[in-house]
Amino acid sequence: MKVVIIGNGISGITTARHIRKLSNHEILVISSETEYFFSRTALMYIYMGHMKYEHTKPYEDWFWEKNRIDLLFAKVAQVQAQQKQLQLEDGSLITFDKLVIATGSTPKTLAWPGLHLKGVQDLYSKQDVDLMEENTKDITDAVIVGGGLIGIEMAEMLRSRNINVHFLIREQYYWNSVLPKEEASLINKHIAAHHIHLHTNTQLKEIIGDENGKVKAVITHDGKEIACQFVGLTIGVNPNINFLQNSEIETDRGVLINEYLETNYRDIYAVGDCAQFRQPISLHPAVEQLWYTGKMQAETLAQNICGDKRAYERGIWFNSAKFLDIEYQTYGYMFNKPLEDEQSFYWEHPKGKIACRINYKAASKAVTGFNFFGMRFRQQTANDWIKNETPLQNVMQELEKGFFDPEFFENHYPAIVEKFNTDYPEMAISVKKKKKFLIW
Amino acid sequence: MSKDISLAITDGSGANILQKTGIALLAFGLLATIIAAFGAGATQPVLFFWLSVGFIIAGTLVYAYPYFQHEAGIKNNNIFKNGMTNRGAIAWFTGLVLTGFYIILYWFPQYLDGLIRMCDPLSWLLRNKAADQWFLYGTLYTLAVLVMGFRFIGKYRHNRYQIIRTLSVMFFQLGFAFVLPGLLLMFNEPEFYFSYFWPLKYGYLWPNDINYVISSGGLGYFMIFWGAVMTFIATPLLTYKYGKRWYCSWVCGCGGLAETMGDPYRQLSDKSLKAWKIERYTVHGVLVFIIITTIMLWLNSAWEGGLLGTWSGNFSQWYGFFIGSIFSGVIGTGFYPIFGNRVWCRFGCPMAAILGLFQRFKSKFRITTNGGQCISCGNCSTYCEMGIDVRAYAQKGENIIRASCVGCGICSAVCPRGVLNLENLSERK
Repeated sequence: MKVVIIGNGISGITTARHIRKLSNHEILVISSETEYFFSRTALMYIYMGHMKYEHTKPYEDWFWEKNRIDLLFAKVAQVQAQQKQLQLEDGSLITFDKLVIATGSTPKTLAWPGLHLKGVQDLYSKQDVDLMEENTKDITDAVIVGGGLIGIEMAEMLRSRNINVHFLIREQYYWNSVLPKEEASLINKHIAAHHIHLHTNTQLKEIIGDENGKVKAVITHDGKEIACQFVGLTIGVNPNINFLQNSEIETDRGVLINEYLETNYRDIYAVGDCAQFRQPISLHPAVEQLWYTGKMQAETLAQNICGDKRAYERGIWFNSAKFLDIEYQTYGYMFNKPLEDEQSFYWEHPKGKIACRINYKAASKAVTGFNFFGMRFRQQTANDWIKNETPLQNVMQELEKGFFDPEFFENHYPAIVEKFNTDYPEMAISVKKKKKFLIW
Repeated sequence: MSKDISLAITDGSGANILQKTGIALLAFGLLATIIAAFGAGATQPVLFFWLSVGFIIAGTLVYAYPYFQHEAGIKNNNIFKNGMTNRGAIAWFTGLVLTGFYIILYWFPQYLDGLIRMCDPLSWLLRNKAADQWFLYGTLYTLAVLVMGFRFIGKYRHNRYQIIRTLSVMFFQLGFAFVLPGLLLMFNEPEFYFSYFWPLKYGYLWPNDINYVISSGGLGYFMIFWGAVMTFIATPLLTYKYGKRWYCSWVCGCGGLAETMGDPYRQLSDKSLKAWKIERYTVHGVLVFIIITTIMLWLNSAWEGGLLGTWSGNFSQWYGFFIGSIFSGVIGTGFYPIFGNRVWCRFGCPMAAILGLFQRFKSKFRITTNGGQCISCGNCSTYCEMGIDVRAYAQKGENIIRASCVGCGICSAVCPRGVLNLENLSERK
């Protein structure tokens, strides 16, 4: 059997690797971005000079041949689902027995005037980073539009070259659509400490260029003009499915799939960023655009393709990010406000760079989720507590067991307990004295 | 918004004024060293000692100071855009200068006489005898560990494990590998390094060295006892409990230099599977070689030279030449800017080989991974000085138990998702 996978990102490659583990199927992965799989999450580090492109490849180049995964550097123009074949841009045809669409995302954009100007770009692909390298050569000022995860990465990238950054966000606080106000304002302060000019409650109206067609400034919705030689647009991503327009494969925002990652066509599947669940489970987004979900979907899909049919299970939600120097880990469903039947405990370090939040059911006190900023926490521990609906007081008693900070780091447990005991005198707990440090 | 003081640490064009000042001071120091080497060091030792050493210290400290001003966090900006840290022309130049220095030091010390004489005042003060090339080397070595240790602490100051570990290697280099051996000489005791053991300091269990040390009486017996206890009892116990890091990245002088002066080059280690295969042959090969040499020397000594004649003596001399000098010095340190900072530790050190075998098969130490949080970015593998492909384990959610890991903790420090941690767990986890 021949399995063809379009896209060599984390979803496509994880599918290929797991099919190989489970079977002897012929596997072909087609990509028009790079010849070999690389880690998209590391693109920022290439620009910042922390790594070279080679370092972002999780497998050495010999890996693919050894594991009999064929790679093709080409662009798919069309999927002919009835005939079970693909047409490449050069006109050649490739047949398949099973097809996996894993084409990822493409940056979102709005119809702003001036999008065509040189120096205006988004950031998603390897090509985008190469372009950014060119666009930011010898510039002094940049504007970033959109306060999400890519936006702050782009700001960090530009600051690594001492470029003045104006960061335009719609809300009053960074990523306030997801982060609660306390955490978001903590990040606001950290952004300022890195000398990034955060323009809150600000939207882009238009981008203006000079006589050479290069960007020279932006104008905000309230008429303010900000001079710049670079505009980064990071307002989010959409599934990358334009090439499926005439294919009779059903799409909405993404390729529509059921819980087995099957499209409306037998033997055609979609996975990762480009896929959209027809019936998402409550609170799950229909389009999951995370590295982790791509990986987990792909593992399920490989089982299905190899005959062990099973539905995709998301498990307890988790995610992570890094905002400049502050690491962020989250477990369970954490939104900018607790759900209606939930309450929230929050602790912040006096220096304002470390924080944690625990949400729990108001009635049963069962914990439902965690946010950690500037402190590392074991996923397994948080996962088990959420799954087992462990009561808040028990979690607080054992919280230290989940700490994942390196040795000798400041232990925040006593401070967290102190805040907890003040907030919840009826549930107060005591901290056991720890053994002193011993060599043996 | 306040005045912009953000730094691109290694970026020439945007470099901070302090960094430029630091480089200028460093240049003065090196210039003074060159002049001293040409003979001025012999005529005016005190002046040139302070001109060289003083300016080198001041220059490095001033250059490193911006790390302390910057927001605490990982600062690897532009490492792969800077020739010095990305095998550019300046890196080859530096590599050749260092290599050349080792060759002159080992085989043509007469050309370093100006520099050696410059160290006389300090040598008389510390050891009550004139300096020789090894004292010059020890002084420069200790100086490098101390000033580059300061830089390291600034760079990783958000991470207490790194700060404490670096203070430890600075302490052991200054105290146990420089001051204490000097004081022992002043009191007419054998020059002994309490922080080095067989098989790294292979002579400490060879008959000739033992006879020399014992001949000094009571303290000599303690030294032999100490060496044997460290090799045969403390090493396995400490490695069982903490992994080989207790030595390689906390105590050892070679490790100390690698972690401090070598830190700018840690990303240059070869991560390929091929390099790992070569490493296993060479590092264990050296270990086998030294065990055989040691056994032969003892047999020969027991039969009073009757068994092997001068052959075993020659054998040990060749070991000293090829492994002790060429491998650990010329290649191990001279090629920092080309092959990375742990070439010797990874491919050659017999002590690392023994510790590695304990770590791999009988130790509580491991690098643990935090569930499924890895994003395969590759920072951990890139900055692993031992060339371990850390990411290959982390992205599978597997713990990392590798013989070569020296437990420097940088993979954990550079991980942007908090996935990696150094832990002493129970053996089975």
